[in-house]
This record gives sequence, structure tokens and C-alpha cells, in this order.
Amino acid sequence: MKEMAIVLENLTKKFEDVTAVDGLSLQIEKGELFGLLGPNGAGKTTTIKILCGLLEPTNGTATVGGYDVQRDSAKMKELIGVCPQDTAVYPYLTGMENVKFFGNLYAMPKAKLKENAEKLFDKLSLSKDADRRVGKYSGGMKRRINLIMALIHDPEIAFLDEPTVAMDPQSRHAVWDFIKGLKEQGKTIILTTHYMEEAEELCGRVGVIDHGKLIALGSPKEMMKENEAKDLEDVFIKLTGRRIREGL
Amino acid sequence: MNFQRIMALVGKDLKKMLREPAILFMIILFPVVLTLAFGVSFGAIGGTQPTTFQIGLINMDSSGSYPQYSQSFIGNLTAKEILKIETYSENQTAQSDLSQGKIQAVLLVPSNFGESCYSYLTAPANPNLWVNTTLQLYLDSGSMLASQAIPPIIQQILIATIYGEQQTSIALPIQIGSPSLIQVSKLTMFDYMAPGIFAYAGIFLTMTVAQSFAADRENGLLRRINTTPTTATEFMTSQAISNMIAALIQVVLIFVMAYIVGYRPNVSIASFAIAFIIVLVFSLCNVGFGLITATVAKSSGAATGLAFVFIMPQMFLGTFVGIALSSVAQAAGKFVPSYYVTDALTSLFLRGASVSSPVVLVDLLVVSVTSIAVLLIGILLFKKHGKA
Repeated sequence: MKEMAIVLENLTKKFEDVTAVDGLSLQIEKGELFGLLGPNGAGKTTTIKILCGLLEPTNGTATVGGYDVQRDSAKMKELIGVCPQDTAVYPYLTGMENVKFFGNLYAMPKAKLKENAEKLFDKLSLSKDADRRVGKYSGGMKRRINLIMALIHDPEIAFLDEPTVAMDPQSRHAVWDFIKGLKEQGKTIILTTHYMEEAEELCGRVGVIDHGKLIALGSPKEMMKENEAKDLEDVFIKLTGRRIREGL
Repeated sequence: MNFQRIMALVGKDLKKMLREPAILFMIILFPVVLTLAFGVSFGAIGGTQPTTFQIGLINMDSSGSYPQYSQSFIGNLTAKEILKIETYSENQTAQSDLSQGKIQAVLLVPSNFGESCYSYLTAPANPNLWVNTTLQLYLDSGSMLASQAIPPIIQQILIATIYGEQQTSIALPIQIGSPSLIQVSKLTMFDYMAPGIFAYAGIFLTMTVAQSFAADRENGLLRRINTTPTTATEFMTSQAISNMIAALIQVVLIFVMAYIVGYRPNVSIASFAIAFIIVLVFSLCNVGFGLITATVAKSSGAATGLAFVFIMPQMFLGTFVGIALSSVAQAAGKFVPSYYVTDALTSLFLRGASVSSPVVLVDLLVVSVTSIAVLLIGILLFKKHGKA
């Protein structure tokens, strides 16, 4: 029997009269690269926030790495790395200082922190700019440092919320290669995106969310075959009657 | 609690303090400029060191058997360019002028001065026949220059009077009594303001804390830290430490600047230590006010404005600004924590209270209890309503 990294059961989140996540049930295997697709406002980020312990669900349960996200959030947080949708970096710190700061929050040994940081800066082509203040970085560089900060402690489970949004094609492909590398290392990755080609390229399985509900689940190839669609964008149109980037 | 996390958070905050121009100004430059401005405006800076010493002289030997000796001594004193001699008929008036800083020393020529000189000159080799006496000298304790320079000058003139100019050292029947150092009450307006300035600078921590929390919330950084294993206790401990360090830097800077502009509180090391402790505890109160402000403010810009809700009453009612307030406003001051900081520092620095005096201990107690209460309220409010 395969080990589950993430299990959601009837997960619901309501904000006053708006239901952002509506009875979501889902299982994600350990080592899986899972894509959460949907237009803006579909409930992807809210789901991620619940799984990271930032929001309490109104109903239902969620476990990450075997830990209940509400009851065992301290233990659960040691397993995860979160790359937020909006770059959250300290502009007055250098790239390296930002990364080391987060490494220290995970209480990493100094030598391991240095080794991981150098490796990640090298992989994401930021070594030359490591000692420059992040406030002077370009948008694409900030997004890459945002990603490094999430992965510095080598987490078992990574939540990557729209990691390539607003990146130039070259940077985006570099990040795709990097994410593929993580998958090869056996990491569990939950990727939210509204770039269909990104999901097709990277994800073994995707879940399509609309209005907080899971409306389709499977591998990109299976979905395209089932819906007689040429790509995932076409799948979404067939399922909802709308293009994914039109949103709600 | 994990020490590595706390140190990482403190290090990050200290780097922010040094690298963000607005915060650098509020924490470091503002207290320096404030102290310098008030010191120059209300202190003694800009004056020049005196080139002469003004000495009050009371001659009690004017009607003695040998008045020519005291007259000769006074003549030699008057001839010395560095001294400006002012004659007094009674000691009380001279002491009064000394205590007000009008003169820097008082010299009392005893009634048997001439007799003593005569006894020496008639039998210089036989001390048993000398009539011994003492010249009383009172010095301004606040003037290091005067207290060090005047006694040797008098000694030199005394020797010259009795034995001649060329003599530098000789046994004499007349001694100069151990100079009595007189506390001179020549306080400037700045001396009254200085304790309040220490509190004044600390008050602005409210603004930097509020801005900082609101900005980190806006930029998603608080949320991001919340996805790590960092606990709320570790985070708040780091905030307390980094703001206490900021307060410490402020106190040191203010004191150095105040010293440069002539501020010389005559207090012990223990008094300084307790003053530092009071200001550090007070910084926690301002962290609390900053958190309450950040909870209410929707943005970092709004936090800046809203911080004045806490800054203004503390500034007007509890610092040096309060010196000129009405009795009603001064009574209202007792409801702001900065009042007790200023009061404690005034007691220590200005009134010369000891560290164990009830007024200082009560002030410390009030500041401690208030600071812990405000900090806890701030933490609870921010945790419940401010993190979103």
C-alpha cells in the first residue's frame, strides 16, 4: 500500500457567506508531483493555506506527512516548505541573508545551511547576486529567491503556489528543471498554477478546482483523453465552459 | 524556545534598523539630533572656558596686630592675572555667591594670619615658636578646572608673600585647609529636560514597531514565518530583545550627546544602571503599543499616523514637555507610562535620589507592571486580529 503524504477529507473553508473551499477530498502520495489547477479565486491558495497551518478549516480534516494540520501543526511545519504566490522577501537583506535567515528558522546546522544555500543559488543561477540586497533584484530574481527560501531546509513536502508567475520564459524553464530535480529526489510537491502547459510538463497528476470544488482528478494525459481535449486548457473549457485565465 | 531562531530574528531586526533609512533615523539619528538641538538651545554649550578664576575673599585679619601681611598677601593675589579677587565683608554672602556659580572659590584669611607670618619671620628656624593657622578655601565642585587649579595657585602666592618669588616649596606655619567642595546650583534648563529626553526618544519605538509589523504583514512575511516551526513565544521574545537593544542604543547615544553638550548629572554607577533598566523596561511598553497600533492599522502608512495616538499623550504629558504644563495636565500625566520614566530619571539625575529611594522603586514598579500589561495586550490583540 502506498504511503500518503497529504490527505484531505471533506475540507471546507467559509469566509462569512463565501465558500472558498467546498468539501474537498483528496489523497496525494509520497513522492508525487501534484498539480492544483484552477482560475484565480477557485480556492487553490486557500487550500494551500489550510495545509500549511495558516488557516483553520471550517469543516473537514487535513493531514500532512501524517500530522493533523490543526492538532500537530508544530510537527507538520518541520516537514514542509512553502513558496508563497506573492514574493515574501526582506528587501534590506541580501539574497544569501534572506535564505540563511529562513534556514535558521528551521534550526539548520550552519555547515548544512551553507552547503544547501550554495547548491540552490547555483542551480537557480543566483550565485553572482547572492550578496546583493534583494530590494535591488529584478522581479524574476525575487521569485527565484522566494523559491530558494522555501526549499533551503530540504523539506519532505513542498507547497509551491504559482512559483513561475510573471517569470520570463527562460527563468520559467530553469525553475521547471529545478522542480523536476526535486521530484527525482523523491520530494512530494504540490504545485498550484494556472499555466496549463506548466501542469502538463511537470505534474504526474492534477486536480482541477472550480468554485472551491474538485471537478476533475487524474493525470494530464488521462484527462485529455477522457475529455477528448488537445490540452489541459481545453479540458477546463469542456468542464466549465470557461477559459481558465478568465477566472470567475 | 530555540535560541538559533531567536538570534536569527534579532539579527534580521538589527540589520533592518541599520539599513532602512527611515528606521535608522528614528532609532539613531533622531535621539542624537534631539539631544543636540535641546542641549544647544537650553544648555551651556557655546560658552568658553574662563581664562580667569573669580575668588571671593574675606579678610578677618584687617584689624589684627600685623595687618600688613594679609594686605601683602591680598595684593599678591590681586596682582595675579589669572585671579579676579572680589572682597566680601562676610562669609555668608560669599558662600551664597559661590553656590549660585557667581564665583568659583571663597578664601577665608584667618584673624591670626599676620601674627603667624610674623612668628615665622622672626624665628624661621624654630617651628616651636611659630603661630600655626589655616587659610580656609571653598571650591565649586562642579568645576573640575577650578578645583584643580586654584589650590596650587594660592599655595604659590602664599609662599611668595612670605619668602619671595623665587621660592617654590618651603615649610610654613600657614597651611591651606583641605578645600571644601561646594555643590553649586547653576543648573541649566537642559538639566531639567534631560530625563524627559530619555523617555521622549523611547516613545518613538511605538512607531517603528507598528510600521515594521504592518509592513511585514503587508508583504506576507509574517505569514511566511508562520509556516516555519517558529513559535509565537520565540517571535515575541526576539521582538522584545531587538527593541530593548534599540532602546539601549538610544539611551547611550542620548547620554553621550548630552555629555558633549555639558550635561553632568552627579550620580553613581548604580543610579545609571537603574536608569538604564527603567528605560529598557519602558521599551517593552512601546513594543506593546506598537503591536496594538499594527493590529488596528490596515497598512504601514496608516500605522505611522495611528502610532501618534500613543505617542502624543506620552510625549506631552510624560516627558520634558510636561515641565510647562498646567496642574490639570500634569495630573493627567500620571496616566501615561512615560511620566514614571521621566519622574524616576529626574529623581536619580536631578534630585540626587538613591537607587533604593521609595520614589525610584515605585516608579520602576509602575513602569514594569504597565509595560508587561501593555505588551501582553498587544501580543494577544495582534495574535487574534492583526496577523491576517
